[in-house]
Amino acid sequence: MQKENTSIDLISCGKTFKDGTRALEKINLNIKGGETVVLLGPSGCGKTTLLRIIAGLEEPDDGGQVIFNKENVTKLLIEKRNVGMVFQSYALFPNMNVKENIGYGLKVRKLDTKQIDDRVSEMLNMMSINDLSFRTIDQLSGGQRQRVALARAIAVRPRVLLLDEPLTALDAILRDRLRVEIDSLLRSLGITAIYVTHDQSEAMALGDRIVVMSDGKISQIGTPRNIYFHPENEFVADFIGTINRISGNNLKKFVSFEGQELLFRPEDIEIVEEKNSHITGIVKASFFLGEKTRLIVNYNSTEQLSVEGKFKEEYKIGSEISLRINTDALIELPK
Amino acid sequence: MAKKQNFILQLIFTLLVCSFLIIPVFLSALAGITENFFVGIKSGFTLRWVFEVLDLYSETIYLSLIIAIACLLVTLIIGIPAAYVLARIGGRVSRIIEETIVLPVAIPGLAIALALIIIYGGYRDFRSSWYFILVGHILFTLPFMVRSVLAVLSSTNFKELEEGAASLGAPFWTRFLTIVLPNIKPGILAGSLMVFTLSIGEFNLTWMLHTPITKTLPVGLADSYASMRLEVASAYTLIFFIMIIPLLLGMQFLSRKKN
Repeated sequence: MQKENTSIDLISCGKTFKDGTRALEKINLNIKGGETVVLLGPSGCGKTTLLRIIAGLEEPDDGGQVIFNKENVTKLLIEKRNVGMVFQSYALFPNMNVKENIGYGLKVRKLDTKQIDDRVSEMLNMMSINDLSFRTIDQLSGGQRQRVALARAIAVRPRVLLLDEPLTALDAILRDRLRVEIDSLLRSLGITAIYVTHDQSEAMALGDRIVVMSDGKISQIGTPRNIYFHPENEFVADFIGTINRISGNNLKKFVSFEGQELLFRPEDIEIVEEKNSHITGIVKASFFLGEKTRLIVNYNSTEQLSVEGKFKEEYKIGSEISLRINTDALIELPK
Repeated sequence: MAKKQNFILQLIFTLLVCSFLIIPVFLSALAGITENFFVGIKSGFTLRWVFEVLDLYSETIYLSLIIAIACLLVTLIIGIPAAYVLARIGGRVSRIIEETIVLPVAIPGLAIALALIIIYGGYRDFRSSWYFILVGHILFTLPFMVRSVLAVLSSTNFKELEEGAASLGAPFWTRFLTIVLPNIKPGILAGSLMVFTLSIGEFNLTWMLHTPITKTLPVGLADSYASMRLEVASAYTLIFFIMIIPLLLGMQFLSRKKN
């Protein structure tokens, strides 16, 4: 669709609100053209503020710069930036039907009626919402609204697509389905996209790269694998996936880990026979999740591990199990 | 059976309350088309009094309509942007300003009229024109427009809608005209009907502000009750009803549609 994809450079973009709250520390970030970058973090980490700065809905503090393809757009209002935006609440116009909503950006750009009609039908087809053309917004379900919002945002062929927690308002099944749709849509458009979410599985599934944020700062930037397997700090290790911590002193037969704290994922600790085990524990809770069973195991009076049970096996609460850690997969945080 | 009895009791009560409210109105309207009210209905019906009123007081009716229309236009032009700005600012400042705008409703009309006369009374031409009354009406009706628009604005997420429109390339005026205004239409309509009705019926302020050549309908009405036959005054009231009832019905219809 787009001949040349827009790259985005953020140069020392910070944001302090009028009341003095510091939402964002000075941040530098480069997003390559055509890349999907996910801003991931807990609420209040500054991810939405960063997105709004890129969109042009907020201006960065003095000194901050937003660059689209070497063009400095810092002072450019959002209506001049040619970005497509999908809001958490969709922000569809209740005074217009689906077609009019999708065509709004084109009408504002003063395209002629024929062109608008063609592009709107193209979008309706693409999102398979042809049947909804003449519905008003209050006649749509959550998932349908989401599709209309996406269609409206990409109808204007934006340089950059910005999505602010677009799936948060939907139920779990719909969320999974739309996640797949958004993923294939972004791949087929090849557009530069920035996606904000607090849901790590969404981030993992969609992002070429993930920017993990906390307290207005970037904690780590990397591919989903990179971030999962090589977290660079405590925050990322704890926020992405589940992590187990155990003191090396607690292990049997492994003197080499004396005095060290070991970090590993639940899938890297295995239930084994007693003679091969590093540690024994008592099953405290067992959660059957369908494709797997997640066990919470007490290995001394206070400390717990998350462990994956063997496929299809049931575990009684209170029973004793022996565990072996896959010591090749230990996560090391840089000092 | 008990349920049915209950229903009948409730119905009777409701009808009693209604008749308490309606009978005086009905009698007044009836008096306007009776030949001689003191003789009673048997004296026969006539439209004589109505025509007499139209003959004597048509100018007050016109003036009332002109003032109401002018008042509506001004409150639309001032009130909608005011409500929009208040909703945008939000917080305590916005609430203080809103309360200040509403203040004239709480102050007796006579006091406001007196204040207006003290301030502007010296400007002879202004004092003797209907614009003077218009100013009073605007002061009194503006809060109703602002409040009604503000209520709808705060119940829609217009800020996000505007951001959505902006992201699609719409500059401020396009957003305001194509997104904000259409979505607050119910508030504007309700406010408009309210302002128009209040302006037409306003007496307190107007009675103080009027001059012999700038009499509005309610002032003329007071006049006719004081100096004319009861039938004439009643016919005058009847005309007032005919003007105001469609407006009240419209208001009712709008508020029902909203629910």
